[in-house]
Amino acid sequence: MTRAHLALLVLIAVVASLPLFGGAYALRVGTMACMYAIFALSWNVVGGFAGYPSFATAAFFGLGAYATGILLSKGVSLSVALAGTLMASFLLAAALGAVLLRLRGHYFAIASLSLVEVFRELVNNATDLTGGGMGLNIPLASGSGILADATFFFYAMWGLLVLTALVVIAVSVSKLGFGLNCIRQNETAANMVGLNATLYKSIAFGLSACFVGSAGGIYAAWVHYIDPSDVFDILYSVKPIVMALVGGLGSPLGVVCGAFLYLGLEEVVWRNYIQIHSGVLGVLIIILLLFLPHGLISLRWAMFWRKVKHV
Amino acid sequence: MLAVQVLINALVLGCLYACIAIGFSLVWGVLNVINLIHGSFIVLGAYLAWGAYQWAHVSPWYALLIAAPLFFAFGYLLQRLLLNRVISAPVLVTLTLTFGLDLILNNAMIYYFKADYRKLTLSPPTGSVSLFDVVVPVDRLIATAAALALTGLLYLLLRRSKVGRAIVAVRLDRDAAVLMGVDVKSIYAIAFGLGAALAGCAGVLMALIFPISPLTSSAYLGKAFVVCVLGGLGSVSGALAGGVLLALVEGIGSVYLGPAHATTLSFVLLIIFLVVRPQGLVGRKGFE
Repeated sequence: MTRAHLALLVLIAVVASLPLFGGAYALRVGTMACMYAIFALSWNVVGGFAGYPSFATAAFFGLGAYATGILLSKGVSLSVALAGTLMASFLLAAALGAVLLRLRGHYFAIASLSLVEVFRELVNNATDLTGGGMGLNIPLASGSGILADATFFFYAMWGLLVLTALVVIAVSVSKLGFGLNCIRQNETAANMVGLNATLYKSIAFGLSACFVGSAGGIYAAWVHYIDPSDVFDILYSVKPIVMALVGGLGSPLGVVCGAFLYLGLEEVVWRNYIQIHSGVLGVLIIILLLFLPHGLISLRWAMFWRKVKHV
Repeated sequence: MLAVQVLINALVLGCLYACIAIGFSLVWGVLNVINLIHGSFIVLGAYLAWGAYQWAHVSPWYALLIAAPLFFAFGYLLQRLLLNRVISAPVLVTLTLTFGLDLILNNAMIYYFKADYRKLTLSPPTGSVSLFDVVVPVDRLIATAAALALTGLLYLLLRRSKVGRAIVAVRLDRDAAVLMGVDVKSIYAIAFGLGAALAGCAGVLMALIFPISPLTSSAYLGKAFVVCVLGGLGSVSGALAGGVLLALVEGIGSVYLGPAHATTLSFVLLIIFLVVRPQGLVGRKGFE
């Protein structure tokens, strides 16, 4: 475990103290912050470590939301439903990954993007099970007052974030993380020295999906109502990429910082420019890519000093 | 007779799909950039046709002539000013950049035109022709003919003109093209401008047939993706083949499985193609 990993765990621990500071709004933002951090960390496994540009986050988020939602409405308890969703997302994503990860670059990006569309259509058409376009109402999981509910879901999401962070840290220091790193740098060479690239990539894709799926489950239980256009929003696929680019690809601490910063920006933009928020988001993305392509982590304070002296 | 109708519909719709995809395919093939603004360009072109007809009674044929240079200039500048700065960056960066641009353009359209659906209705209406039991609306036929003409024009441009040959050369081997004295940067900008112009013209044709709304841009983009992968990148004939194949699969799928499954079917086809034959129906070399 390195210093950056410790800093990440400390940062997440600090987030847990959020309920001390305030009411429902702080809890809502905190829950979203944890969810975004889970997205960014999960995406980082396949996008940052293995270098595969995955756009599948929204697919597994939606799938997890629906899996948990359906299980809950069948009377299964929340913890069991979430555990089931986690396992199912992992297995499904690993199986899909074995096929899709044979593609590279643009082709993989498109294939993963089309997963979102396919899942959305499937959910839309399976009206008996999912309610189709009408959406799915999900029974209250705890139902003991608004603030208690908010606190409960905040800690549920936070707990999942801790689990995600621990797993991602474990991956990054393990043989799996090393293998993924090799695959990113030169997959052919990695294959030639006897690394089972397909297996590694499948596991990475499974890991990148299972926590996102469970986060979708908690989200579904939290908001009590989901519909396909809400949970299969393509923006859920793009946001983690932007967060990772903001924070710096490949570093777990960086992407979580990126997620928090992104959420902050989103909150400010949403509140002030409700009509043009996605346009403002686009401007931010472009400025970021043009002027800070390696993320905040590439910023060095010394750089500023030198510039100042120069002036 | 149903089979013939489905076939005719697929041919008509396939040519339109090809027209939607061809600019996208050009940009992807030459610049190696997945241009996510393409769908919004198409919708913008449709609004241009709609506005020109609604406010100035300019018929869509003349709107094509307005749209092409406007969109070309727009695309040219966009490539020169923004895209060019990250063109050599990894996939993720160019993809995200065009996504950001799309967010801006799409949001601007929602802001100005609202999300309502609009329809360009020609007066007097063009009606439809029927032969035996097969019925085809005339406006669709005209749009198809225009789409074919545009595709043919691009083919001729790439085959016959100096700029076209330079574009093909850059696509085949960028480094060799540089050695032969091709200015790659300006070829990139011209290719992107052409892609935008084709998208704008496709939008004008779409306005004749489909309702217009900023929300439909992602559907057009999805079609462009699928056609591109089915047909093969940066190939004119590939786009036509891919367009007709997609339209056929969608048509047959709607008849036998119901229209709700058409999108799923096309994406399943996409994934099968991506895995089994990523180079598409027509190989991946050159535009021929």
